[in-house]
Amino acid sequence: MTPAALPAEPAQLLEMYRSMVQIRTFEDTVQKLYEKALVHGSTHLCQGQEAVAVGWAAALTPDDYTSYTYRGHGHALARGMSPEAAFAEILGRSTGVNRGKGGSMHLTDARLGLMGCFAIVGSGLPVAVGLGRGAQLRRETRVSVTFFGDGASNIGAFHESLNLAAIWKAPVIFVCENNLYGEYSRINLTTTVDDIAVRATAYAMPSQIVDGNDVQAVYQAAQTVVERARTGGGPTLVECKTYRQRGHSRSDAGAYRPPEEVTSWLARDPLIITRRQLLDSGSVTSADIAAVDDSVATAIANAAAAAEQAPWPDLAEITRDVHA
Amino acid sequence: MAASTYREAVRSALREEMERDPDVILLGESITGYGGSYAVTRGLVEEFGSHRVMETPIAEAGIVGFAVGAAMGGLRPVAELMTVNFALLALDQIVNSAAKFHYMFGGQWSVPMVVRTVSGFGQLGATHSQSFEGWFASVPGLKVVMPATPADAKGLLLSAIRDPDPVIFIEHSLLYSTRGPMPDDPAALVPIGRARVARAGTDVTVVAYSRMLLQALQAAEALEREDGCQCEVIDLRTLRPVDYPTVAASVRRTHRVVLCGEDWRSGGFGAALLAELQDLCFDDLDAPIARVAMRDVPLPYARNLEQALLPSSEQVVETVRSLL
Repeated sequence: MTPAALPAEPAQLLEMYRSMVQIRTFEDTVQKLYEKALVHGSTHLCQGQEAVAVGWAAALTPDDYTSYTYRGHGHALARGMSPEAAFAEILGRSTGVNRGKGGSMHLTDARLGLMGCFAIVGSGLPVAVGLGRGAQLRRETRVSVTFFGDGASNIGAFHESLNLAAIWKAPVIFVCENNLYGEYSRINLTTTVDDIAVRATAYAMPSQIVDGNDVQAVYQAAQTVVERARTGGGPTLVECKTYRQRGHSRSDAGAYRPPEEVTSWLARDPLIITRRQLLDSGSVTSADIAAVDDSVATAIANAAAAAEQAPWPDLAEITRDVHA
Repeated sequence: MAASTYREAVRSALREEMERDPDVILLGESITGYGGSYAVTRGLVEEFGSHRVMETPIAEAGIVGFAVGAAMGGLRPVAELMTVNFALLALDQIVNSAAKFHYMFGGQWSVPMVVRTVSGFGQLGATHSQSFEGWFASVPGLKVVMPATPADAKGLLLSAIRDPDPVIFIEHSLLYSTRGPMPDDPAALVPIGRARVARAGTDVTVVAYSRMLLQALQAAEALEREDGCQCEVIDLRTLRPVDYPTVAASVRRTHRVVLCGEDWRSGGFGAALLAELQDLCFDDLDAPIARVAMRDVPLPYARNLEQALLPSSEQVVETVRSLL
């Protein structure tokens, strides 16, 4: 019997709010760095999806494996990545988490169980099954949680991975962040089901649909599902319904989205929902929230400024680490 | 000196590594009951159990992606892909995951895994008769091995499983039943990246690997008998990294070189080898570098058409004669 998952207490919820604001401020800053022509290549921002990253991270231990997509900045920060090292990686500097060799789409930190951000759609799922089943074979209690978008649920690797995890009852949690858009296309153009979660049925796998903009709902669902995986209950597909507030990548304004759709989702901004929950608890004040907002703004500005000053990678990095 | 078939040599390398290291696991399609592709793994599930000899669905991307994750988590997976033709379904995981993670993630992860697969032909038609070693050998981060003899099949596979990097280990369907001597020390490793002078000679260097080594040695005997020509035959054994010093030292003595392979002439492995050798050996050459390769057509089914196309010892003889 899985113990009932509890919502976060106000003090913990305030920390979760801090983490969400940190992600939002970080992503807004990346956009500004791009506009200042300091960030090149491609960046995929996650404003609007912060509650998914933070709710799941709160339910995991540092030993657990997590893997993400190219829209992974928020998850990396939620797992505890230093914002300065993340900025430095995105800016291609030597102090970046991957020493400037991975970039925005490939943030990873071994010490945080952050196995990697995978920039090929669907590619992370079989790797996550290998991590989870591998831990099981080595009699470790880690679980492997892999995040992907609604678009990835149409690629073969998704189906191969669910099947593999199901036949081996592997401790793998598949988290679909359904933000309604696969790249530049609305999901209804590419997918016949409204809920990605129903696809678990084909693999006799339990599934769950969660309000991905409510961090408390995500956190509670995550605790239950993680406990099931950790205690031998096998894999689960969890669909977090959320919304990508910006375009696919930083140069995409997302003009193909109906304005009323954008408006209605902005009204359900995860930061607004969490602020309301904090105030409703009666133990957090507007001043407490404002203090968090201010301290995050300062910390992120300082982190970005420090990363901008960091040196470029040494040219010796070109041939370093081609082989282990 | 003991003798063994190529098939038994591969199997004994798998068995000995599994006995030596509990982290070594095998996975692949029908590798348990049936015994896998060309029955190489027959009997191993009875010895080691289904948790270490893992039957998978037909899901090549899933199999290789799984192995990547398992390797990142500390296991030493050996994934079997029934033939190299089916490896195309796993190219994303081989190229974008296995070959990249150590470098792209700044050295934080290594991916110590082996993909065992099979090249070859025998009236199997166009989709089942291809040679893709050149594609894999073009990817930095991979190691590519193609043994020609039972002794090398074993010694190189032992090295591949212990290697810290992803290794593509390509066996040959027409070699499985060949027999050859095995070293007195059954645990002797054959190092990856080291070519072997299979026959010493002074007039022409013939570079070959896998089944083409047998064709080259036959050709060398015929040329000695009929032309009094002494060919030096080099078994490349590893296609990435290539042992250029051994090849170049031979060409400096013979001043003529023929490169033999079964893959397509245009863009095949031989084309890349030729370009590099021209750089290394231009001043030593008394004739243009010559090649024996598959003509640029899909392989037809009919026996006479297939036979007309397969690179053979007769073609090696004719090509060597064209240089004399």
